[in-house]
Amino acid sequence: MGTTGSTRPGRGLEVRDVVVRYGATRRRPGTVAVDGVSLEVASGEIVALLGPSGCGKSSLLRAVAGLEHLASGSVAFDGQDLAGVPVHRRRFGLLFQDGQLFPHRDVGRNVGYGLETQGVPRAERETRVRELLDAVGLAGYERRSVATLSGGEQQRVALARALAPRPRLLLLDEPLSALDRRLRERLAVDVRETLRLTGTTSVFVTHDHDEAFTVADRVAVMDRGRILQVDSSDVLLRAPASAQVAEFLGLVPGDELVDEPTGR
Amino acid sequence: MRTATPVGGVARRGLGRGAGWALAAGVPLVFLGVFFAWPVVSLVLEGFFADDGAGGRVLDLTGFVEVLSEQRTWRVIAQTLAQATAGTVLALLLGLPGAYVLYRCRFPGRTLVRGLVTVPFVLPTVVVGVAFRALFVEGGPLGWAGLEDSFAAIVLALVFFNYAVVVRTVGGLWERLDPRAEQAARALGATPWRAFRTVTLPALGPAVASAAAVVFLFCATAFGVVLVLGGVGYGTIETEIWVRTTQFLDLRAAAVLSVLQLVVVTGALLASARARGRRERALHLTSERTSSHRLRLTSASDVVPAAVTLVVVLGLLVLPMAGLVARSFRGPDGAWSLHNYVALGTTGGRNALSVTVWEATANSLRTAALATVLAVVVGGLVALVASRRPRSGSGRRAVGVLDGLFMLPLGVSAVTVGFGFLITLDRPLGVDVDLRTAGLLVPIAQAVVAIPLVVRTVLPVLRAIDPRLRDAAAVLGAAPGRVLRTVDGPIGLRSLGLAVGFAFAVSLGEFGATSFLARPDTATLPVVIYRLIGRPGAENYGMALAASVVLAALTATVMMVAERLRGDRPGGEF
Repeated sequence: MGTTGSTRPGRGLEVRDVVVRYGATRRRPGTVAVDGVSLEVASGEIVALLGPSGCGKSSLLRAVAGLEHLASGSVAFDGQDLAGVPVHRRRFGLLFQDGQLFPHRDVGRNVGYGLETQGVPRAERETRVRELLDAVGLAGYERRSVATLSGGEQQRVALARALAPRPRLLLLDEPLSALDRRLRERLAVDVRETLRLTGTTSVFVTHDHDEAFTVADRVAVMDRGRILQVDSSDVLLRAPASAQVAEFLGLVPGDELVDEPTGR
Repeated sequence: MRTATPVGGVARRGLGRGAGWALAAGVPLVFLGVFFAWPVVSLVLEGFFADDGAGGRVLDLTGFVEVLSEQRTWRVIAQTLAQATAGTVLALLLGLPGAYVLYRCRFPGRTLVRGLVTVPFVLPTVVVGVAFRALFVEGGPLGWAGLEDSFAAIVLALVFFNYAVVVRTVGGLWERLDPRAEQAARALGATPWRAFRTVTLPALGPAVASAAAVVFLFCATAFGVVLVLGGVGYGTIETEIWVRTTQFLDLRAAAVLSVLQLVVVTGALLASARARGRRERALHLTSERTSSHRLRLTSASDVVPAAVTLVVVLGLLVLPMAGLVARSFRGPDGAWSLHNYVALGTTGGRNALSVTVWEATANSLRTAALATVLAVVVGGLVALVASRRPRSGSGRRAVGVLDGLFMLPLGVSAVTVGFGFLITLDRPLGVDVDLRTAGLLVPIAQAVVAIPLVVRTVLPVLRAIDPRLRDAAAVLGAAPGRVLRTVDGPIGLRSLGLAVGFAFAVSLGEFGATSFLARPDTATLPVVIYRLIGRPGAENYGMALAASVVLAALTATVMMVAERLRGDRPGGEF
């Protein structure tokens, strides 16, 4: 995996003034989903993108993955600009809300898919698949059909599949939202541990602030295509930058937080 | 990872991919252009132009005036519309309860009944004509009804064919319809019938409309059935084209009638396309398991549809086929014997044929195999291209147009296609090869007829693949070609088995175009069967029955193998 000299390892993800538009034609500007967002995620860090549904957080994630076209702005990883690098060459991982497991492959061949595309030899692939299924708590599930799995199990397989090729960056798009509350709370802890254990740089999209605080090192609060504030959970809770942020974090306006808007 | 020239590399890769897609769309377009558009357009122009006496052509609409001033023409048009309307209405009335019972209820043997219901759709038209004739002739099981050579017999035969279209199209949507909407209506005090009428039926609307349009189309362009069952006094536009061409050698009148038929068919196709568009948008419903329930023999809302379906399956589907098989085992003296099957090795009484029936069977298998390869390659490419969702609006429109173009052969009558081949393909595009003698013409014509079915079988399956599944593969490092190979490929392949079966079955039974194009020594089974019916003698009639059973058995076997190959995935629309 040689990289060119211009890259600077360890700098992680740098998103600069990114704009994503939908339905734009020559005559109509279309709707703006992401409106000039900048964000940095250091190597090994887990950042949550927190916001209500429709705020553009998933669009931003898809743009980072290379699945959406950038109207303007740039996405770089370790100093390398990713403009013109197609999805399959970015070496990122992406976890969808509903897993999107390949229905025609069993669990083991789902997890091994990314390794197959890299041309990893069979024996090594099998070892890695076993290792990852172990890590997500599904040891021995290799030959199971994905149709027989519960929602929680499917998401665990999807996580294992995304981690198997050792992505430089893992993007998680509301990976727990389709699950019931208790499972969600337990899996949030598991996901955090797995990501820490593997040292994977991650962006985690969610609309649940508890989940964001459980999983992430820092949380970016997003609304209507813009990022309002990026901070660690205790700073956010102690010192929300605006009433909007406070409201979204469930800090009811009217208590002392509103009286001292900057908090320090 | 190669990152040396990212920009140039990407541009070149993008260009290569674009060229690949252009080729994938271009091959089918050229095929459709040469073997469908050109013959059909030439034929249409034949109706608008006349020789000016000096070797040139002049615009001349007197052909229309002449044909339209004949009373015979209006009778034929009226009969076509009446037949199509009656067939469609009856197929819908009987098919809706069938769709409910077979796709919304669970009972032992359901898979078997579903398979049984599908068989008629792929049965050769000539076979069905022969079967219904055997049912209604004097001395037949239903001879007392006095329906021989009647409008009613034709409509029943058309319903026999198209019952499966309604059941499968509507049932496919119904089984995935969330039952909770209907349950909510019931909880609000609606009777089962009212809940069905106000909630379920509107939800099924697009599928019902789509099925109705397709059935109308098939009924309006039915050829073999009408020819075999209609007798002398009865004719539709389709058979009239055939009669004018082959009996009266009046190509201009035939061309004018073809234009009239195109008008009828285009209307039905437009309605179908609109309904289908709405239906595909309405997909993503619920999984089948949650929506079907065990057949309850205690409630009227299950018993009535079940009874209707039982009567239809036994009386309309099983009886004619069983009658045909039984009759085929009776010799000329009326006793049970294998006489008719032994006679298949001959050329018939008074040498009715140029080849033996077994030789015709071999011809059929050979041409059908060739036609299947052509149809699956061309249709598969069309489905692949049409399943893409390009980012740009113009790209999406182009994909939509391509999808629509390849539905046209479904609507243009096979007789028109065959006729068009006759007048254009003696020297295709000025190239000095007479395709008519090369033996390729029949398989090509059959492929043209089968392509829409291949597209309609494969395309919905490819379209149903969540685009994010492809995204998932791409993010895991799969290049576009690899995504195609590892995601679209294995999923589409399952429907390809069914597509191969359909193409083969349709080609085996194709009669309209083949009857124009096959030479006596390369006659296929349907052509031979029709010829045998037309000749006098109990001997020939018995042979026609036996040959029909052979053709039906071949077709049913092909379809059964194909259904096996399909596995558990939902298939296309038919």
